[in-house]
Amino acid sequence: MLRANNIRASYRETVILDNINLDVHLGEFAGIIGPNGTGKTTLLKVLSGVKKPLSGTVYLDNRDIKTMSRHEIARIMAVVPQSSFVPPLFTVEDVVSIGRYAHTKKRFTTTVSDQEAINKALVLTDTNRFRHRYVSELSGGERQEVLIARALAQQPKLLLLDEPIANLDIKHQLKILELIRKLVDSQALTALMVIHDLNLAARFCSKLILLHNGVVHAAGKADEVLTIDNLAEAYGVAAFVDYNAHADSLQVTAVECLSQNQTIGDQKNGPGLSMEENS
Amino acid sequence: MNPFAANKLSVLLILSISLVIAAIFSVMTGPVFIHPLTIIRLWLEKISFGMLHFDIQEMHRVIIMNIRTPRIVVAILVGMGLSASGAAMQGLFRNPMAEPYVLGMSSGAAAGASVAIVLGIGGIFGVYAVPVLAFITAIATIFVVYSIAHTEGKVPTETLLLSGIAVGFFLQAAVSFLKLIAPMDALRDVVFWLMGSFAGVTWDDAVIVVIPILAGLLTLFLLARELNAFQFGEETAMHIGIEVELMKRILLTATALITAISVSTAGIIGFTGLVVPHVARMLVGADQRIQLPVAAICGGIFLVLADTLARSIAQPAEIPIGIITAVVGAPYFVYLLRRRKHAIGWW
Repeated sequence: MLRANNIRASYRETVILDNINLDVHLGEFAGIIGPNGTGKTTLLKVLSGVKKPLSGTVYLDNRDIKTMSRHEIARIMAVVPQSSFVPPLFTVEDVVSIGRYAHTKKRFTTTVSDQEAINKALVLTDTNRFRHRYVSELSGGERQEVLIARALAQQPKLLLLDEPIANLDIKHQLKILELIRKLVDSQALTALMVIHDLNLAARFCSKLILLHNGVVHAAGKADEVLTIDNLAEAYGVAAFVDYNAHADSLQVTAVECLSQNQTIGDQKNGPGLSMEENS
Repeated sequence: MNPFAANKLSVLLILSISLVIAAIFSVMTGPVFIHPLTIIRLWLEKISFGMLHFDIQEMHRVIIMNIRTPRIVVAILVGMGLSASGAAMQGLFRNPMAEPYVLGMSSGAAAGASVAIVLGIGGIFGVYAVPVLAFITAIATIFVVYSIAHTEGKVPTETLLLSGIAVGFFLQAAVSFLKLIAPMDALRDVVFWLMGSFAGVTWDDAVIVVIPILAGLLTLFLLARELNAFQFGEETAMHIGIEVELMKRILLTATALITAISVSTAGIIGFTGLVVPHVARMLVGADQRIQLPVAAICGGIFLVLADTLARSIAQPAEIPIGIITAVVGAPYFVYLLRRRKHAIGWW
């Protein structure tokens, strides 16, 4: 679905991403994790074709994204950016219908299929009940749902999300992640999101990609990626990794920061040295 | 929501009727009063291509068709052009302070006009020396501003705004210097030109102005969907499938054409392109598909009425229209701002 080959990208002189390879297959819900400043957002910009890499190629549906028009890309991939400004005086429905741009040639009206896609996106995201309200009047969680609805109105095969649950309360965090997983499970949608919360990432994503210092430090299932060593190397923390039966997934508990030169091996009596099964 | 809902279309209809009434009122007004029915009859006669004929005094015919109508046609076109451009610029730059002059084109035109008036350059263009030089320098300015902001195949809107402001200030300094060295009568002409006026406008001006402005307006109107998307930020616009840089170039070209032709014909009429879009937004909302036409019609009404005042309150002298648009428009705009109890964001 989405493949990146040897991506190298920089901001001015500073190389942010170096030799990134990744693969997101149809029907996967992949999560990009990693400490602040490791280039997660930059990677998402490269993958969505907004930022040109120094070298390397991004393939969307087996086509080099460089050779595709924005119009073609938008019909396959939708993006929910990290901070999306919504201008005032736009209703929820206005915002969602913007997502139909690539699907209709009609400049002043909407077609029946546009209207169907808009309604479906509104219902799926539970935003139908306030479709006529101004987005500027909504709470942060509701606004995020509207932005996801706008992306879904594009009827994408692939959905990219940049920290979709940042700054949301736990209910809205779950609501949004459950929605995406439901869509991935039922609609043959593929999703890739940047996420900071390791526990929710472990629970909802079918695949994790750990970014550190501009390279893919580890990738795979949660238990392959969220190891004590990986967490120490990438985040510089000592952490417990347990199995949580309630969530039916791994849970990470970071206990303390490791000092600069310290490695896990030095912490003879510290926590996080073994993976404990908690049942 | 449907941008063309019945209530919004009725606003557009009422405004269109008001525009016709404003135009008739403007032709009525002047040293010689003319009955509105006479005006309507003569207009009908002209657009019927000789199928209709009414008995109208020759003097009235000359006053209506040769003196007042061309002036009103140009005022409407310029008012429509500046207001719609202002709405487009505010959408494109996501900035309520944006207006057609924000990229320095007015300063560019002012420099060209001042050079023509003070130094007498451009004599080969005869009576058109001032508008031709103003047009050339306005277009040159937008090219310079655009090239300054252009980096790595992109033109970031913030850089574009700032480079417009910088170039504008530079050209303002040139205009100030020309004013300083100008003889008294040339200085008066420059000051008058800088504030804008439709005095002495003829059918020739109307013919020059009509095609660029209508073409520009049509372009903006056809790109209303893209302008809506731009308000969500350029990245979002890209993600939903817009070729952002190409659209920006087309939109800038359309507004630049409108602005350059307006300014070179009528001088720098301030306030219209800034405030009329806000009035339109208060009336029908931010969807550019309806906001643009409403802004255009409001702008036409505004300049026709302002021009009527400009030429009649100090008869037989004329006041620059820029003074009227600011003196009348600013308090009205303040009233609208204060009346809105629920301010929604910054616009």
